[in-house]
Amino acid sequence: MVENHPSQASKFKCEVKNLNFYYGSVRVLKDINLSVFSHQVTALIGPSGCGKTTLLRCFNRMHDLYPGNRYTGEIELDKINILAPWIDPIEVRMRIGMVFQKPNPFPKSIYENVAYGLRVRGQSQRSAIDETVEQALRNAALWDEVKDRLYDLAFNLSGGQQQRLCIARALATNPEMILFDEPTSALDPIATASIEELITQLKEKVTILIVTHSMQQAARISDRTAFMYLGEIIEFDRTQTIFSDPTHRKTQDYVNGRFG
Amino acid sequence: MSEKYLKLSPTIHLAPRIIRNLRERIVELLLLGAAISSIATTIGILGILIYESFSFFQQVSIIKFLTDTEWSPLFENPRYGVVPLVSGTLVTTVVALSLAIPLGTIAAIYLSEFASPKLREIAKPCLEILAGIPTVVYGYFAYLFVTPLLQIPLPDLPGSNMLSAGLVMGIMIIPYVSSISEDAMRAVPVHLREGSYAMGATRLQTALRVVFPAAISGISAAYILGISRAVGETMIVAIAAGLQPILTWNPMEEAATITAYIVGVTQGDLPHGSLEYQTIFAAGLVLVLMTLVFNILGHFLTKRYREVY
Ligand SMILES: Nc1ncnc2c1ncn2[C@@H]1O[C@H](COP(=O)(O)OP(=O)(O)OP(=O)(O)O)[C@@H](O)[C@H]1O
Ligand SMILES: [Mg+2]
Repeated sequence: MVENHPSQASKFKCEVKNLNFYYGSVRVLKDINLSVFSHQVTALIGPSGCGKTTLLRCFNRMHDLYPGNRYTGEIELDKINILAPWIDPIEVRMRIGMVFQKPNPFPKSIYENVAYGLRVRGQSQRSAIDETVEQALRNAALWDEVKDRLYDLAFNLSGGQQQRLCIARALATNPEMILFDEPTSALDPIATASIEELITQLKEKVTILIVTHSMQQAARISDRTAFMYLGEIIEFDRTQTIFSDPTHRKTQDYVNGRFG
Repeated sequence: MSEKYLKLSPTIHLAPRIIRNLRERIVELLLLGAAISSIATTIGILGILIYESFSFFQQVSIIKFLTDTEWSPLFENPRYGVVPLVSGTLVTTVVALSLAIPLGTIAAIYLSEFASPKLREIAKPCLEILAGIPTVVYGYFAYLFVTPLLQIPLPDLPGSNMLSAGLVMGIMIIPYVSSISEDAMRAVPVHLREGSYAMGATRLQTALRVVFPAAISGISAAYILGISRAVGETMIVAIAAGLQPILTWNPMEEAATITAYIVGVTQGDLPHGSLEYQTIFAAGLVLVLMTLVFNILGHFLTKRYREVY
């Protein structure tokens, strides 16, 4: 079901241009410019409160859910500005999936969790849903563990399995890009390793933007890394460069653990 | 023993341990007393009901009580079939719930998922006022206003009827259903809602497919409370549905409920200890048992669908 999107002539999936974001009157993101490369993993790192989550949630317009939030600037997805007022945020969310910090399966069966995105799109053909659910669970490396209990409540899974279920849920609708907000911060090291491996495999199918607190994680799984500080992107480069030979002093201090 | 009270540090000044312990014990006993007194009241009520019903059932067989279709304890040839009272209670309850559950649920979904905080702040107390109106006012509202209104499209509707009483009772119950359901839905964590929105769901889809099922245990508690209110409601049915124990399942007829019978019969003076007097307790026991059954049923349903998030 999930396959390469063939029309990726451009090497950028998303381009952020002069993005500013305000919670009410508080400006939290300042003139952000960032290019998210197609079929790569881009990591956002930076100290707590620097605006990583806020930036991530601009990409699927989650901020639209709450009154008083305001964007200026652009985020282009395949050259179309998805922040434009005439763009339907629901359509954006159908193209850009999201996985949260805390696994948040719905109070439904494993099967229904994965089928959720299809159901809200009005899909009701049983055999098609079956097929998609299986494929998504396989792609999330969860199928073998749950194939005999698809109709159990999702809450009965372990934390790591729940997070992979949330990834399967996001994959089921065949998105072009997936946003991850510290997806392993609530998990133990073994579950973390399996999610990291999964993310590395997924980039063949989707473009990935991931917020992480762990520098090792960014170094292990990402191709590009953006270092954020106080609402600005200080430096954005190949991950290797950011970690071994950063241009800015602040970046160097941060990746060497001198603050944050 | 004395080393038990040895001071660890001379700089810590505490009341002597004995006094502290005593104080804790006294508070604990007071709390226990409060808890026991409420349980004792419940047991006392049940005890009296069972005791008085026991003498009743020594004179009237339980089988007859449960199967006879006529209730005329005050007549020359008294009959003691509780079925007509039960049917009256069930019919008015069903009418009330078929109004209160849909409207209460819709109101709860609207207030919890759609209304702006400002609107919610105004609408919620307004709804809750409905629950604070004295039931006798509702009774006359049903009898003097709703019944004549219903008689326009339904000219054959008698002056006392279960339809009007049930509908007005439903209005009274709406805030019980909506208020508790809304609390349950608002307690659903934001990260579940956001998970749904992030999948491209609309507000309505999120409300119906994620928030509602996640809150189902609280919502069914609200429904159970609504049922208990409807089964036990007295004034509205006594005034608007009449006091005639008639066995009918048609809401457009007059019929007495268990509660209406009790309140009607206590208006006359019945000799203490007479069989007529004991009918009150037998009827009351049925009422309590009905409520109990609904509560237990609700408890199991809630457990069955309990959601942990
Ligand atoms: N809903 C909100 N309303 C107002 N201010 C907010 C809101 N959410 C976050 N902020 C503020 O915006 C800034 C950026 O927050 P954000 O959550 O994006 O940081 P973060 O980089 O993700 O931090 P962490 O690593 O701790 O998750 C912080 O100063 C925070 O206090
Ligand atoms: Mg964050």
